[in-house]
Amino acid sequence: MITLKLNGREVRAQEGQTILEVAREHGVRIPTLCYLEGLSPRGSCRLCLVEVRNWGGKLVPACATQVEEGMDVVTHNERINRIRRLVLEMLFVERNHICAFCVSSGHCELQDLAVELGMDHVTLPYRYPGLAMDLSHEDYGIDHNRCVLCGRCVRACSEVEGAFTWGFQGRGIQIQVAPDLGGPWGDSETCTSCGKCVQACPTGALFEKGVGTAAQTKRPEVILEVTERRPRV
Amino acid sequence: MSRIEVLLCAGTACLSSGAREVKAALLEALAEEGLTGEVRIVETGCMGPCELGPIMLVYPEGIYYIRVKPADVREIVREHFLKGRPVRRLLWAGELPESKEIPFFSRQLKVVLANCGRIDPEDIEEYIAVGGYEALSRVLTEMSPEDVIEEIKRSGLRGRGGAGFPTGLKWELVRMAEGSPKYIICNADEGDPGAFMDRAILEGDPHAVLEGMAIAAYAVGAQHGYIYVRAEYPLAVQRLETAISQARRYGLLGEGILETDFSFDVEIRVGAGAFVCGEETALIASIEGRRGEPRPRPPYPARSGPFGKPTLINNVETFANVRHIVVRGADWFSSIGTEKSKGTKVFALAGQVKNTGLVEVPMGITLRELVYDIGGGAPNGKKIKAVQIGGPSGGCLPESLFHLPVDYEALTEHGAIMGSGGIIVLDESACMVNVAKFFLEFTSEESCGKCTPCRVGTKIMLGILERIARGEGTEEDLVRLEELGHMIRDASLCGLGQTAPNPVLSSLRYFRDEFLAHIRDKRCPAGVCPDLIHYVVVPELCRACDRCRQACPTGAAQGTPGNPPYRIELSACINCGACFDACPFGAIERRPGRKER
Repeated sequence: MITLKLNGREVRAQEGQTILEVAREHGVRIPTLCYLEGLSPRGSCRLCLVEVRNWGGKLVPACATQVEEGMDVVTHNERINRIRRLVLEMLFVERNHICAFCVSSGHCELQDLAVELGMDHVTLPYRYPGLAMDLSHEDYGIDHNRCVLCGRCVRACSEVEGAFTWGFQGRGIQIQVAPDLGGPWGDSETCTSCGKCVQACPTGALFEKGVGTAAQTKRPEVILEVTERRPRV
Repeated sequence: MSRIEVLLCAGTACLSSGAREVKAALLEALAEEGLTGEVRIVETGCMGPCELGPIMLVYPEGIYYIRVKPADVREIVREHFLKGRPVRRLLWAGELPESKEIPFFSRQLKVVLANCGRIDPEDIEEYIAVGGYEALSRVLTEMSPEDVIEEIKRSGLRGRGGAGFPTGLKWELVRMAEGSPKYIICNADEGDPGAFMDRAILEGDPHAVLEGMAIAAYAVGAQHGYIYVRAEYPLAVQRLETAISQARRYGLLGEGILETDFSFDVEIRVGAGAFVCGEETALIASIEGRRGEPRPRPPYPARSGPFGKPTLINNVETFANVRHIVVRGADWFSSIGTEKSKGTKVFALAGQVKNTGLVEVPMGITLRELVYDIGGGAPNGKKIKAVQIGGPSGGCLPESLFHLPVDYEALTEHGAIMGSGGIIVLDESACMVNVAKFFLEFTSEESCGKCTPCRVGTKIMLGILERIARGEGTEEDLVRLEELGHMIRDASLCGLGQTAPNPVLSSLRYFRDEFLAHIRDKRCPAGVCPDLIHYVVVPELCRACDRCRQACPTGAAQGTPGNPPYRIELSACINCGACFDACPFGAIERRPGRKER
């Protein structure tokens, strides 16, 4: 057992647990986006950053950082809140998140985060890159303008389905998720059409064809349900 | 036995300026004069003053010839080699000094670079002849791994890749880490624009790096090493391959090194040149064959490197220091430098100084000595106003801080970093908004795109800087730049993003007035930002030669040949500067301030 401080309160945790897991056990909510139970943590969206006071105030992703003996973790303060808000604004301005025209409106984790963090407007300039959609797959579509690059589809596809269809291509602001070596999703030779990527996607970027505005509901928890039923190696 | 020894610099810079052609001409001239057996030619690694290449150093006198062209070679052979009269016009500064009397060399202290420019890097025997592999044999026969770590710790050596983590401590962490096998990685993914310290070491003295790695492997208990070097360094890769196969043949790499039971071998991994792969976790991902993307630390590589195994990862220059510490002792090493920064540091000196190239200086030397004594000051009589130190992760320090020593803490405290060793000297013709923009352009392009602050934040900052450079910025923008800069620094996943705002933040700290001139006066004081300058013809100087009109892509430069003065029609001018460059009489003036349309 490990003892650490969580928002000034001493708590006990198992070795190997992440800060996020311990916080959830103790009823402390930390916002997350790229994290999804059942997948390996990626630590890339930076919404779950928490401050470790005895590491010189270093900010670490709660989802990807294991607890250590004597750690002094703060999950919310002015500095962290400001950073989370700016991260969220950056995600909103990076592509196009006009909810009114989105299949996932009302069922969107990004939208929920804006509500949770009180982000009612953005202070950064919108980029609106106008990316092409890929509707070549028979059952599903991808709208890169709604993608937040959390990589949940990539991990669901490789870690759970084992198909390794999705990956990242390009870098910096040009980065995109792409099937196989790029090219239309419908031409993919590896895609099993299992739909786990769609269920794992937190926004309206990946969707089922045929659903209308605000009609796309998702069950990201299937990822955990599938992995939990598997024998542990 | 040869009577004369010619050391010909075969570093990348001298090869580009024609060292191979000089060598061919030399061989031919020697054959003509029947001197082939009397003169020995050695191709060496980088000698340092790259600006003056191709460079030839002739022994026994120790005479430097600079900017040698193939056409000069016959004269050198006839006058110097046959008659003993050095060719004055090709000498450094037209003088005949010993190298230690040339200020460029006399203020340097060459430890890591001692063999560069002195031995043939493709011949292991030359390396052994100057004491190579002595440290490894001493370590394997006389020292325990703990002794080695203790010696490195006592020396005060810190990582030369930029962050300056204590090397001995890192070795100890890897030694104590549980798990096997353990790996050694040499980070040779040098990527700062204009920096080539590691390349020069790999090209000029590859065995020193291999020896350092082998000693480290013995100390931490590893048997396998990787050298991660970028594909843009083909000569370094080739010389490393040669060095590795020679070392294997001599029993200095492989099974049972020096007839002990210690085994260690090295594999080269050639990277595709993404800047982010210099970050250790991205480098490790790339070695594993995955996309070069960093991951959050902890766990640090000391606990979890390639394939989840404990790994020691050090920079090229760090490894190259190791053998000197073993042979000459920790006390000797720690006698050089400042309280917390020991030994020497190699810098790639670039920008507006007379002597550019590769230099090695003792820690603690001031920036002023580096810029004026070694660099020789500005080449054109202009005033030097700043140094950019540490590349895209570093910052700009103004002339008023040139008393600062080369020291990890002192540089960091003032908003720059030691970095891996890039120094760019800026004179008054440099615009700090433009400099900040240049580095941010670089980092935002090189961002891997994994984490939000680096991917999106650097682009937003760049957009603001571009607006300021166009004269469309507001004072609020400066506050926003600082706010975003601090956020990106705190919240980014890896060192690339965490340091990307440094060039902007440090420029804002020391050169805020230049930003304000762009914003308030719509004026670029240095006359660099194209939207905030204009060109005019000085009537008295114009000779109506018509060259400006011919160079102008938009028809803005107008006039009749032989009928001065010409004029520039500002409504058509795009401020490209073609006329300015074309005018042989200096009759076109670049003026700060927006043109009145």
